[in-house]
Amino acid sequence: MLGKLTLSAIPYNDPIIMGAVGGSILLAVAILALITWYGKWSYLWNEWLTSLDHKRIGVMYLILALIMLLRGLSDAIMMRGQQALAVGSSHGFLPPWHFDQVFTAHGTIMILFMAMPFIAGLMNVIVPQQIGARDVAFPFMNSLSLWLTVAGALLVMVSLGVGDFSKCGWSGYPPLSEKAYSPGVGVDYWLWSIQIAGVASLMTAINFFVTILRMRAPGMKFMRMPLFTWATFFTTILMVCSFPVLTVVLALLALDRYLGMHFFTNTLGGNMMMYVNLFWMWGHPEVYIVVLPSFGIFSEVVSTFSSKRLFGYKSLVYATGAITLLSFGVWLHHFFTMGAGPDVNAFFGITTMMIAVPTGVKIFNWLFTMYRGRVRMTVPMYWTLGFIVSFSLGGAAGVLMGVPPADFVIHNSLFLVAHFHTMLITGTLFGLIAGYSYWFPKMTGFRLNEKWGKRAFFFWLIGFYLAFGPLYVLGLMGMPRRMWHYSNPAWHPWLLVAAGGTALIVIGTILLIVQLVVSIRERQSALDLTGDPHDGRTLEWATSSPPPIYNFAEIPVVRDIDAFTDMKERGVAYVRPGQYRDIEIPKNSGAGFIIGVLTFLLGFALIWYIWWLAASCAAGILLIVIGRSFVEDIHRIIPAPEIERIEEQRYRKLEAAT
Amino acid sequence: MADYASTVDLAHAEELEQEMVTNRVFGFWIYLMSDLCLFSAIFGTFVVLSHNYAGGPTGKQLFHLPYVLVETLLLLCSSATCGLAMVAMRNEKKNLVMLGLAVTFLLGLGFISMEIHEFSRMVLAGDGPGRSGFLSAFFTLVGTHGAHVSFGLLWMAVTIVQVGLKGLSAPVQSRLMRLSMFWHFLDIVWIGVFTTVYLRGVL
Repeated sequence: MLGKLTLSAIPYNDPIIMGAVGGSILLAVAILALITWYGKWSYLWNEWLTSLDHKRIGVMYLILALIMLLRGLSDAIMMRGQQALAVGSSHGFLPPWHFDQVFTAHGTIMILFMAMPFIAGLMNVIVPQQIGARDVAFPFMNSLSLWLTVAGALLVMVSLGVGDFSKCGWSGYPPLSEKAYSPGVGVDYWLWSIQIAGVASLMTAINFFVTILRMRAPGMKFMRMPLFTWATFFTTILMVCSFPVLTVVLALLALDRYLGMHFFTNTLGGNMMMYVNLFWMWGHPEVYIVVLPSFGIFSEVVSTFSSKRLFGYKSLVYATGAITLLSFGVWLHHFFTMGAGPDVNAFFGITTMMIAVPTGVKIFNWLFTMYRGRVRMTVPMYWTLGFIVSFSLGGAAGVLMGVPPADFVIHNSLFLVAHFHTMLITGTLFGLIAGYSYWFPKMTGFRLNEKWGKRAFFFWLIGFYLAFGPLYVLGLMGMPRRMWHYSNPAWHPWLLVAAGGTALIVIGTILLIVQLVVSIRERQSALDLTGDPHDGRTLEWATSSPPPIYNFAEIPVVRDIDAFTDMKERGVAYVRPGQYRDIEIPKNSGAGFIIGVLTFLLGFALIWYIWWLAASCAAGILLIVIGRSFVEDIHRIIPAPEIERIEEQRYRKLEAAT
Repeated sequence: MADYASTVDLAHAEELEQEMVTNRVFGFWIYLMSDLCLFSAIFGTFVVLSHNYAGGPTGKQLFHLPYVLVETLLLLCSSATCGLAMVAMRNEKKNLVMLGLAVTFLLGLGFISMEIHEFSRMVLAGDGPGRSGFLSAFFTLVGTHGAHVSFGLLWMAVTIVQVGLKGLSAPVQSRLMRLSMFWHFLDIVWIGVFTTVYLRGVL
């Protein structure tokens, strides 16, 4: 009836896990109780869970990302804590099987359930507004993507308390991840959670690709698109081409595990290096999928807060395109030690180093944009400057590892861990936090507190250097990654410093939460009445904050790269349209949410071999999809007088502000 | 509300609808391209594993080209009838569309039944997907195509019902267009499967 699932799947004798589970459940119960207490269930359902408004969906993605950031960070604390303690005769506080789960969960969560939802969230809120559109191309599919991502994240969370998570690292290399060596449910949790999230990402990519190509405002030619939109565009290309490969490689591993096939086994004609190749054919583009949007954010931030047009706009676009192309030709540098031979390794070494060229172009673009600009040192600028310096250093380490002989020495050492954390923390996360601070007023209607933001930034930056600087040294000293315990006392002091750095990062994260709480409490003094709190240059600042559901009462006409600056200079930015027209918007739909719930159950059933549940969930999903295809009445009309009323309110606010 | 005259003129509404249809067809095309990437990865895996027999049977021992040829012909003919259904759609002939789709459905069903028969024959003879890396890749590549065809059949059945109930309305026409793109795409993939798996296996 319940497949492999029994009560013994709950690790109730492990205080650490039970503490985390208890904490999560308490928090969830508290939130549910609060919603009930304030009678907000119907508000939540009607205004959020079933909403097809891209801005609301974006905000929900961001909430997911912030929750998963906290989860991934607690994994990081445990790892650094364990390695700070487990030297010589001490074995630290985590048993090896638990430590292995922690580093696997950390990587999986941070890439697929923190960075990806964070990016999807910002894309959702901003891209349609930047191109002067009222929505994305496929609003329902957008909601579906969100709820599938949530279903995947929920599977990872459930693995805490029911069963266990994979112990094979976030990349899940076979043969270790095969049934013979990992017979439990851990690998299955990992497999299905990212399989589901991967499908969601593919749908997001198709959605935004079509949105950007087909729904730009009149006059917005390609070479007038804002850089964040360009970055999103190239990112969606990467996603459309690479995510199917992830789907395949996970499906093949699942076939090995569930049906006893031999794709990646050591016996009967399996070839495990196929897995590694396929995984990184997705995995390397994925690195750029999470970093390109941040590059776009930095470009927007630098240009806005230097009060100056971006230096070398075209070169930045071409550089982004070049990175997109090159990123498909470097995957083998993740495993130079496979033994592919000098020619192959040399090819991939050279393409790897070539990628540094367009990236370097971007760094100079940002520097020259600031040069002779009137730079305003706001919180997003702090994150940007922290990024430029750190990313250049981490990039240099990457070029070093692109030399195959050097890579043979430092492969799988902490040097590598330090390198990619430099790239992903400063490249991706700093950019996302910069974007969060930059666009926060647009989402909520009030600004984030600057003082607490700057404090959070300095704790993060210093903490980052202290946490990962030592790892470069340790890598060169020969310490491998993912060690539960070690006996070399020379490594110990460096790991203590790294643990201290992690503590600072934790404080930085707490300060980010403090910033959010303080900003919400003091929002009356930081209201954004104009919709343009930073003297913005692109179209998302032309709407009010937060924008009405239709974004633009009248679609703007674009005449310049910095479309909104141009409109302000010509004095047409806040002119009332001659006549308001009715606007058609998509009706809410609960189908996306319900499919999300069913997909979660489907994943859970597959993990625990509960076949009747899996079959009925799959059938349920199919029925809902078919049923929805029969519904024709999917739009509703906002009548012109209603729009006039909303817009007049905005003009009154604008007058109050000036 | 009484003094408010609707500003939505019909031309504008039609324009919006046309735009939506174009977006959907374009978005579906992008999906097909991503599906192409998916098939490429499986084809690549098959080629790498295509000689890993692990002492088990080879393609030469397993495949009967005439049988596969009949399968191929069924699928190719179904593509042709699907095309005819689309011509009927352009000419607004509702019943002909349903007839064309029904014939396509039957031909597709024939194809998938033959495939299932081939699979079951091999599994019963002990040459299932767990026998060798080569057979794992064979069953997965051909099976993925077969799963696509089966999904297409389900879609086709739903579409026949929709054409019957709603006639050739704009949303139904848009679905028909995407369905036919999907069907032709599967045909092209099958040509690849036929060449890479069966011809290369036997020759």
